[in-house]
Amino acid sequence: MAREKTPFTLFCYKFRQRKTALVAGIFIVLLVLTALFAPLIAPYDPFQTDYSLSMQVPSLTHPAGTDIYGRDILSRIIYGSRISLAVGLTSVFVGALVGVTLGLLSGFFGGFLDGLIMRTSDVLFAFPGILLAIAIVAILGPGLVNVVVAVSVFSMPTFARIVRGSTLTLKESLYVRAARSIGASRKRIMFVHILPGTLGGVIVYFTMRIGTSIITASSLSFLGLGAQPPTPEWGAMLAESRDYIGVADHMSIYPGIAIFLTVLFFNLFGDGLRAALDPKTK
Amino acid sequence: MLSYFLRRCLNIIPVLFVVSILAFAFVHLLPGDPARMMAGSDADPATIAMLRHELGLDQSLPVQYLTYMGKLVKGDLGKSLRTKTPVFQEIKQRYLPTMYLAVCGMVWSVVIGVLFGAIAAIYSGRWQDYTAMLLAVSGISMPQFWLGLLAIQLFAVYLGWVPVAGFSGKFSELILPSFTLGATVAAIMARFTLSAFLDVLDEEYISTARAKGLSESTVLWKHAFRNALIPVVTMIGLQFGFLLGGSVVVETVFAWPGLGRYMIEAVAVRDYPVLQALLFLYSFHFVFINLLVDMVYAVINPEIRYT
Repeated sequence: MAREKTPFTLFCYKFRQRKTALVAGIFIVLLVLTALFAPLIAPYDPFQTDYSLSMQVPSLTHPAGTDIYGRDILSRIIYGSRISLAVGLTSVFVGALVGVTLGLLSGFFGGFLDGLIMRTSDVLFAFPGILLAIAIVAILGPGLVNVVVAVSVFSMPTFARIVRGSTLTLKESLYVRAARSIGASRKRIMFVHILPGTLGGVIVYFTMRIGTSIITASSLSFLGLGAQPPTPEWGAMLAESRDYIGVADHMSIYPGIAIFLTVLFFNLFGDGLRAALDPKTK
Repeated sequence: MLSYFLRRCLNIIPVLFVVSILAFAFVHLLPGDPARMMAGSDADPATIAMLRHELGLDQSLPVQYLTYMGKLVKGDLGKSLRTKTPVFQEIKQRYLPTMYLAVCGMVWSVVIGVLFGAIAAIYSGRWQDYTAMLLAVSGISMPQFWLGLLAIQLFAVYLGWVPVAGFSGKFSELILPSFTLGATVAAIMARFTLSAFLDVLDEEYISTARAKGLSESTVLWKHAFRNALIPVVTMIGLQFGFLLGGSVVVETVFAWPGLGRYMIEAVAVRDYPVLQALLFLYSFHFVFINLLVDMVYAVINPEIRYT
């Protein structure tokens, strides 16, 4: 008799089918390790300036060259992975936490609360994320923590909508009605019976959102609203490189590659997850 | 049709009202006393009180709101704290450059996006499909400010084909910034066109067209492509707002004399009348773009009109 396919083994099978997503997953693990062990991996101190080494082109001693203050760019990129990952993950996590809660409440209780939450999310939707983030940073002031707040605010509405939608469906499902009939409390129905059912869509959107959040956060730093010098943030490093285009090109190439690859692999990973969780694909 | 349009237009009045309150309230969320900021740090309390009265800040919020809206209708957006020039004048100068950028960016993204999406759909499962979609996911993953820097490096500094940055009204200055701005949306468009195209190819009228012996190119271009474009048209409207937002970054990279860079400058020095005016301007644009999208959609798709 063939082994029974649980949803999880089916998911694993489908996910492995997608080679790009698998490669992306491995890259993300490596990136997380790089961030965790940055002090061990980085060849130099990312803050150590040495004016005699200003704007060196890439060489064996400095594989990605040095910046205007003679700091090793590779080391700064390695340390920068900590900031980008932390900012990307935290902001999506906070956005998901608030968004999922609001969506659950909205879908479960309906009525006035639902109307209020959904109209608010409509207004947030009307603004492109980056403008909303700039407006929030304008209120709170520049800085990385405020960037996290700004980026999480514009992740919230989509999470809320996804969860609201599946809550509405699940609320009428047979097993929820069964739970209600045996007298389960509203709290129990919401968190034990409905919430787990909504998480599939949340996980997919969560991974898809990390890439966008990293781009937005580094854009804000590039614009001078996020990480401030001398923080080794990728977007801020690119902002510093702007004045030396044509003079020291390596300064604007390597930090950009770091952002691009990180976001690309998170996006490929998200695409793979979505395909693997989609019952229509084989 | 007319009644739908009318209803839709009436619908935006409460939205505009809420948006205007938000944009107005935004400035009152900013930390610090605007009058104190304007007067400077060493001003005596009497000067500050006088300024506060002049600005109307000593009145209740609803009164301030009505005064602001009243002036807004007459085109008076207040004065910039930094330059002391009327905000209306400053915005007027910068409005067209931003619009040129956004419209040209949209042209790039529609042309590239629809082309790549259509190629991926026609050659579904073959290398053309994979290449187009790999480019699309790369485009989505590309930070605009880095793409802009690379484009400047290659096309302006090394090849010298176009100017490095700035805008004095020449078309050649528009090419790189608009391409940079349009790249992300082009990638989104390509993915969207692909799925719209594939959906259409599943339709029965395509099987019918094939069954009655039409050539494959007629089926693809006359039957499938035209219908696949319907959702793409609405996508253009929705993404236009995204382009306006992206222009903030791209204008900074290319030293573009537009609204986006003006906004960043205003944030940096907390020039609150400028921020307030720009928020009004942007949000009104988004509301009207959404209205336009709905109307175009109603024209294309009759089902929607009667719901």
